[in-house]
Amino acid sequence: MKTIDALGVYYRDLNSLIDNSIKTEGDITLKNVFGQRYIGRGLPKEASLKIYGTPGNDMAVYMDGAEIEVFGNSQDAVGNTMNCGKIVIHGNCGDTLGYAMRGGEIYIEGNVGYRAGIHMKKYKEMNPVIVIGGKAGDFLGEYMAGGAVILLGLNLAKDEDIIGRFCGTGMHGGVIYLNGTPDKYRFGRETAKSVNITTEDVLFLRKHIDFYKKSFNKRLNNLKVESFSKYVAINKNPYSSMYCIH
Amino acid sequence: MLKEGELKIPSGCAISGIIDKKGNKFNGEEIIKSIALMHDRSNGLGGGFAAYGIYPDYKDFYVFHIFYENSSIKTQTEDFIKKHFDVEKAEYIPTRPVPNIVNIPLMWRYFVRPRVQTCVSEKDFMDESEFTSRCVIKINTDYKGAYVFSSGKNMGTFKGVGYPEDIGEFFMLDTYEAHMWTAHGRFPTNTPGWWGGAHPFTILNWSVVHNGEISSYDANKRFVEMYGYKCTLKTDTEVIAYLFDMLVRKHNLPIKKAINVVSAPFWDDIEREKSEEIKNELRSIRAVYASALVNGPFSIILGYEKGMIALNDRIKLRSLVAAEKSTRTYVASEESAIRIICDNPEKVWSPRGGEPVIALLEGE
Repeated sequence: MKTIDALGVYYRDLNSLIDNSIKTEGDITLKNVFGQRYIGRGLPKEASLKIYGTPGNDMAVYMDGAEIEVFGNSQDAVGNTMNCGKIVIHGNCGDTLGYAMRGGEIYIEGNVGYRAGIHMKKYKEMNPVIVIGGKAGDFLGEYMAGGAVILLGLNLAKDEDIIGRFCGTGMHGGVIYLNGTPDKYRFGRETAKSVNITTEDVLFLRKHIDFYKKSFNKRLNNLKVESFSKYVAINKNPYSSMYCIH
Repeated sequence: MLKEGELKIPSGCAISGIIDKKGNKFNGEEIIKSIALMHDRSNGLGGGFAAYGIYPDYKDFYVFHIFYENSSIKTQTEDFIKKHFDVEKAEYIPTRPVPNIVNIPLMWRYFVRPRVQTCVSEKDFMDESEFTSRCVIKINTDYKGAYVFSSGKNMGTFKGVGYPEDIGEFFMLDTYEAHMWTAHGRFPTNTPGWWGGAHPFTILNWSVVHNGEISSYDANKRFVEMYGYKCTLKTDTEVIAYLFDMLVRKHNLPIKKAINVVSAPFWDDIEREKSEEIKNELRSIRAVYASALVNGPFSIILGYEKGMIALNDRIKLRSLVAAEKSTRTYVASEESAIRIICDNPEKVWSPRGGEPVIALLEGE
């Protein structure tokens, strides 16, 4: 395993160091990371990163199969247009998590900022998944086209809500699972609660919650799959009449 | 020249702020380190700082920092200043040579006391702050080539064209001690990168650094210009400084209500409010101050004599992170820009859109 001290290293140099290292050594540990951008960009399956510190914006952008574990908080646009692979963050995350994500899985131990899951999508066997341990800011799943977001709502204070406002605004595909049933005014008009929770939904939730527990070493005995609500798009193609003449 | 698509500019402006709420002072090295970490959010066309508490020996004097494009406008402006103010001290703003900082205008500062009596007639009473602000606006409007870029008491702004870390080095901010610092790295999108257009923008003790764009600029500009302000600096941000000066100093609104004006709750949120009193108050604020609502993506840090306020637009279209440790509050566009100068903060959080971070000096 190779260790790189990132303190004071410019983001381009750091990313070149990572590129060069993975040619010979797949497991890399980065220490003292302070805001360097694009760490893990386009990284292939053979690589695995452990990051200590605060990685900068667009971490794992276009990532293509690698695994990243962050010991600390992450900033904005983690997993931007990521293709596949897995990200585990022992902390919180900034805005636009999983921006236009196309595949792979992201697990956040704590809270996330605004617009998590914005425009994530699925294609054939590729089905991106985001699991968030705490709460999310406004516009969760904005313009979501596919994939799944699971929000556990753990450890919230009395005055904290699991989601903000405008959840699922512009949504036209994918699924949002929330632990609980927030007030209707918090959702965009393109989203509705689904009464149809299937066995597949339950298995899917169990599988990802189990991985969350394992990743963050939590027992969560009180977390019940039965208390989750499922939110989907009302219309798969809500704007077609705006742009096409029928 | 590289064309669009061949060249990646990962930009977006950067802001950072630190306050020690007990008033303990520290020099400019930390704020420079914080803003420098976000180097790639700016493009070298503007950087600047505001520092509060730096002129304790002259704390009762207004301090004008002025850019001059030539020495003849300097003479004319100084004639105006001498006519309306007693000048305690006038000097060149100290700088050190930095290779990347070029095309430097003349820069002078004046420690002054207004001669209020010269401008007061019975029907038009003015206090000294109003008198001073009118004089600042007069210079910025009528003295072409002279720009007062700082006019508060016991505070100063330092700004110019360059990366913020170079600007900080140039103005020797390591030699100033302040209890509050704010900083800005600029990536101008719609307006020119020039010395007067760098952030912070100020009027009296108010300073503002801003990441974003104000789509309501014209409405806001028309509104403040009805109250005697003039937007002269070829950028949208200055209007925010004037809005706060107008709302708090002239209209006597408490700071929290002024925040409700510029970042008003949505109408449907107001309708859901349970208390009739609060509901009516918010309705009134939106009705009376409709033209002072600031719309568009923004994160800002305001400084004034009482402390520091950080604020996002209501749907948080720009990033903003806050942290606390001991007597200090930190805010920045990126969390890493706080952590680089603050080991193990006690609390780190992302403020919600429209929800201010208010960090005031003790006793305020």
